[in-house]
Amino acid sequence: MSDKTLIEHQVMWNRLIAIVEEQAQVLIRASFSTSTREAGDLSAGVFDRQGRMLAQSVTGTPGHVNSMAASVLHFLAEFPIDTMRPGDMFLTNDPWKGTGHLYDFVVVTPVFHPDRPDDGVVALFASTSHLVDVGGVGFSMEGREVYHEGLYLPLIQLGAEGEIDPRLLAIIRANSRAPEMVDGDVHSLVACNERGALRLVEMMDEFGLDQLDALADHIIDTSAEAMHRLIAELPRGTWHNSMTIDGVDDPIELVCTVTVSDDGIDVDFAGTSPQSTWGINVPLAYTIAYTSFGVRCIVGPDVPNNTGSLSAVRVTAPEGSILNAPHPAPVQVRHVVGQMLPDTVFGALAQILPDRVPAEGTSALWNILLGGAWADGERYLVMSFHSGGAGARPFADGLSATAFPSGVRNMPVEINEAISPIVFWRKELRPGSGGEGRYRGGHGQVIEIGNREGRSFTISATYERTVHPPRGRAGGGPGALGSLRLASGAAVKPLGRSEIPGDDRLIMEFPGGGGFGPPGDRDAETVADDERSGLA
Amino acid sequence: MTCRLAADIGGTFTDVVLDADPEPGDTGGGAPRRFTTKVLTTTANPADGVIAGVEEVLAASGFGADDVELVLHGTTLATNALIERRGAVTALLTTEGFRDSVAMAHENRFEQYDLAMERPAPLVPRHLRLGVPERLAATGEVLIPLDPDAVRALVPTLRAHSVESVAVGLLHSYVDPRHEREVRAILAEELPEVAVTLSSDVCPEIREYERLSTACASAYVQPLMASYLTDLDERLAKLGVAAPMLLMLSNGGLCTLDTAVRAPIGLVESGPAGGALLAARVAAEHGLDDLLSFDMGGTTAKLCLLHGGEPATSREFEVARVYRFLKGSGLPLRIPVIDLVEIGAGGGSIAAVDHLGRLAVGPASAGSEPGPAAYGRGGTDPTVTDADVLAGRLDPEWFAGGTLALDADAARDAIADGVAGPMGLELDAAVVGVGEMVAEQMANAARVHAVERGRDLGGGSMVAFGGAAPVHACRLADRLGIDTVIVPPDAGVGSAVGFLLAPVSYEVVRTCHQLLDAESFDADAVAAVLDELRAEARAVVESAAGVDTPLVETLHASMRYRGQGHEIDVPLPSELARGPIGPAFVDGLRAAFDATYRSLYTRVIPDMTAEVLTWRLRLATATDPPAPLDAPATEPAPALRRRRILDPTHGWLDAALVRRADLDPGHHLAGPALVVEDQTTTVVSPAFDCTVDARRHLVLRRQNGARR
Repeated sequence: MSDKTLIEHQVMWNRLIAIVEEQAQVLIRASFSTSTREAGDLSAGVFDRQGRMLAQSVTGTPGHVNSMAASVLHFLAEFPIDTMRPGDMFLTNDPWKGTGHLYDFVVVTPVFHPDRPDDGVVALFASTSHLVDVGGVGFSMEGREVYHEGLYLPLIQLGAEGEIDPRLLAIIRANSRAPEMVDGDVHSLVACNERGALRLVEMMDEFGLDQLDALADHIIDTSAEAMHRLIAELPRGTWHNSMTIDGVDDPIELVCTVTVSDDGIDVDFAGTSPQSTWGINVPLAYTIAYTSFGVRCIVGPDVPNNTGSLSAVRVTAPEGSILNAPHPAPVQVRHVVGQMLPDTVFGALAQILPDRVPAEGTSALWNILLGGAWADGERYLVMSFHSGGAGARPFADGLSATAFPSGVRNMPVEINEAISPIVFWRKELRPGSGGEGRYRGGHGQVIEIGNREGRSFTISATYERTVHPPRGRAGGGPGALGSLRLASGAAVKPLGRSEIPGDDRLIMEFPGGGGFGPPGDRDAETVADDERSGLA
Repeated sequence: MTCRLAADIGGTFTDVVLDADPEPGDTGGGAPRRFTTKVLTTTANPADGVIAGVEEVLAASGFGADDVELVLHGTTLATNALIERRGAVTALLTTEGFRDSVAMAHENRFEQYDLAMERPAPLVPRHLRLGVPERLAATGEVLIPLDPDAVRALVPTLRAHSVESVAVGLLHSYVDPRHEREVRAILAEELPEVAVTLSSDVCPEIREYERLSTACASAYVQPLMASYLTDLDERLAKLGVAAPMLLMLSNGGLCTLDTAVRAPIGLVESGPAGGALLAARVAAEHGLDDLLSFDMGGTTAKLCLLHGGEPATSREFEVARVYRFLKGSGLPLRIPVIDLVEIGAGGGSIAAVDHLGRLAVGPASAGSEPGPAAYGRGGTDPTVTDADVLAGRLDPEWFAGGTLALDADAARDAIADGVAGPMGLELDAAVVGVGEMVAEQMANAARVHAVERGRDLGGGSMVAFGGAAPVHACRLADRLGIDTVIVPPDAGVGSAVGFLLAPVSYEVVRTCHQLLDAESFDADAVAAVLDELRAEARAVVESAAGVDTPLVETLHASMRYRGQGHEIDVPLPSELARGPIGPAFVDGLRAAFDATYRSLYTRVIPDMTAEVLTWRLRLATATDPPAPLDAPATEPAPALRRRRILDPTHGWLDAALVRRADLDPGHHLAGPALVVEDQTTTVVSPAFDCTVDARRHLVLRRQNGARR
């Protein structure tokens, strides 16, 4: 490769990353769904003709790492690339071929050069957004099979010649409790892919490219080589870890085996508990996504995501286990278990790289999902994303009330109170909840919720770490357990739906993260700071 | 004859500019006679530098202090105090149960993969964040009345910690500020010497984290800014300057000393705002509606879009980004600001090769100490400036007016060891690579910024100022498909020049939620809010500009489809804003929303209800449009000599080297060429030619069909 070509390839690689970030921004700003726009529960990416992912936006959730890349290959198997026409668009929300539950709509759009449509597809753009409602039992674990969980769209053609098929849109609308918002979100998925396509064509014109093959090879080879170089620095061998989490009826064992070899890193979940009868099961695509993310936080975090870098980490789980639950298992709130997977692999990786791997944290989000009716009978829904403490790091305290591995943002209290009669009477850090250690675990928070109209409301709880706490590492103590109760004293169950009486309040104590290193090693000045802050 | 003074305090230099009306018979096209100076910023007592600069330009111009009719001032002091955490001991009084809102921020990580990531620590430590028993509902209904005794009970704590400034931020105070005002009244009795900042004054908007963060930042810099501004005002008076001093606001408006002392957070971005005003003047002089303003200095590049001849403004801003200038890594401020994007790409930005063999430039910077390797002060990291020296773009004889000898050997070693070696490139390719990467980074930032505002830069124009911008402007223009680049005179002191062009203006905002349907739209409430905003803005503007000055009003609404989470800023046509608030007003709002939404997202969503969250009104003194000037007759420019430069597309070329001081209106030269002046060098690439217009702007135009 000439010097000039190398520089051009690097410039265009940066450009592709900028293009998918722009694609993601368009999706965030135009979207209706709370979890997409506030929490960044979305993904955007560009693929070559073979379905190799060249760049993916870094968004609020790792749940789409890898799973979207796999999804495009499913589309290409169903709709061969040479049968695609300019203006075509494709859609699915298949949990096993998309990103893990029916709420996630994946839209794929082939790109043709407008001056040379007969040359065929030059690239594909894909995007994923978490829609606000797809019918069924709603966002809860109550479904007993995927058929209960709402509208299920296989890999289908969404539209042609740039127009969305109105019949399909009518079906989608008819199956949602929020038809306008879902309609709007399908439009925003289509629009963001169109924006990506426009920018890609501009780049190809600027650099005089007819196709992307050489650029794609450069990106994928460079990334794969970088990952293999990093992995080559690790010792060869096999390491194990297991972690127990609460589960619904019975505790769940998450068991992993991590093997480092010349071919890369393999993670297998043999020994993990079988699938659940509740909607907390995880499709394999989502297991792969969160596991890959966990590994990549430790090995090669600065290597961009693409088919080359992702190929260095392979993930398997036995079919029928909770981490590879086959159709028609219920999977709606698969994040409750899936978000525990980075902690699970961290336990194995800590044996290889003790100075890089943090202690366990709250990990699964503590989303607040409330419903009820105003005094005039109109219904309201509050969906808000919140977090407990993260695990301490080998070099610093854990982050308090901060999402990890998810990267979501919370909802302002003032916004939640403006759209409902709910009052957040208290929302502050929970003193003493971070696990002790040379480096302390992140603190959880305490939230106290009531209703200013004195009417009862329901909570759909999906909370982990109320029985089995996040464990410390290297001598650090565990984080505090989470809990739910009424102000009047009675306990509220952490998984499942409960009614909060109108004259009472719900008190939620979020878990703290695990500590790192012996507590006696904490330096005196920091201990004094802890005392003064009132958080010790 | 009278004159006007402008002073801009930056991190390294304080720029002072004096403008006087042209002498009769002057051929400069009505341009003022201008005297400028750059003095080192005197961090310990910044007024020293300003006074020294003022004395210098007065002496040079022959004007006396009593000839000064206006002093305009902008400063980065507030920003630096926030970045360096040098503000007052500040406390936050907030609704009981919410003392950690400013610490929890958005409960997220702005960087997904870096486990070492830290959020910026709150300006107010936890032991000084104190809860007050009180509570409003989102409707303004009082759920718990304020407990005055509980507020009084906090006073000993405030005293014990020697608190100098207090921010008060209570939930839902944007709906009704009464509890915050009660707290202020109590503190005024108990602690009269302590400054109090109310969140409902500095940021009456929904979203508690952003509002409290803004109030804390304003309280944090308040004592420092108040004493500095008062001191400067007194020292100017002592010098004999009787004219009032007006302060540059972050949104390009001006305000009085009193307003600035009350809410100094409004001053944080005053320097860049001056640059944007300069760009607006250039747009007016060239009859351009749309323009990209490109300011590149030693550490960062700032890009700003002008539309309809005006710089875009915003209410979302982050100060003190601590992590690679990444969004989310700073402290959010909700104040009116010129909407610009700042990235870590300047002359001193360091080029590095990562473990994938990828070349990246910045955001780490060699700064001024040790500076780029070519400065010969011991720097060894390869920088953008080093690549510029090796590419022949900077001529050692003329760089910084010849005052700084450039060490090309040191630059060569730095690029060879830091870039060419690790990448396996020839030296020339490495030099080109550094320039290409920095251009691409700036282009990507500009593109995303344009996209977020529904704009397209292709075929447009750019104004370049700041030391490094004219060096890289042509290449950035190539990347963005821009065809015209303008380099104004005195580009090196662009912000201070911009201050002299500023209208007196003030912007106010109010949250008043309205659904756009005939049944629920409350016309009376909206009319009342607009009247209130108008009166408040008018009072501020008239206090600085006098009561008879003609004013221009602009009205914006932040709107969205009901159910969306992000509002878009919708400019409302002036006839709509001035007309009656009735059904036609609602239709007009909807039409304006549709038009803006379509320009941002290409599609509107049929039959979806829209809503307004906040109303933003700005009053500004009218500025006279520049007089049209005839294009001067063209003649070839006098070249001083020839010089070899390395072009990214064509390799080594023979270029003309011209002194800007030798250029007169009408002079013309074709690229490749270099135009040198003390503060910068304009690189005219082979794709461009350059004409000096009647106002002595360098106007670079893409030659027919030239691309990349």
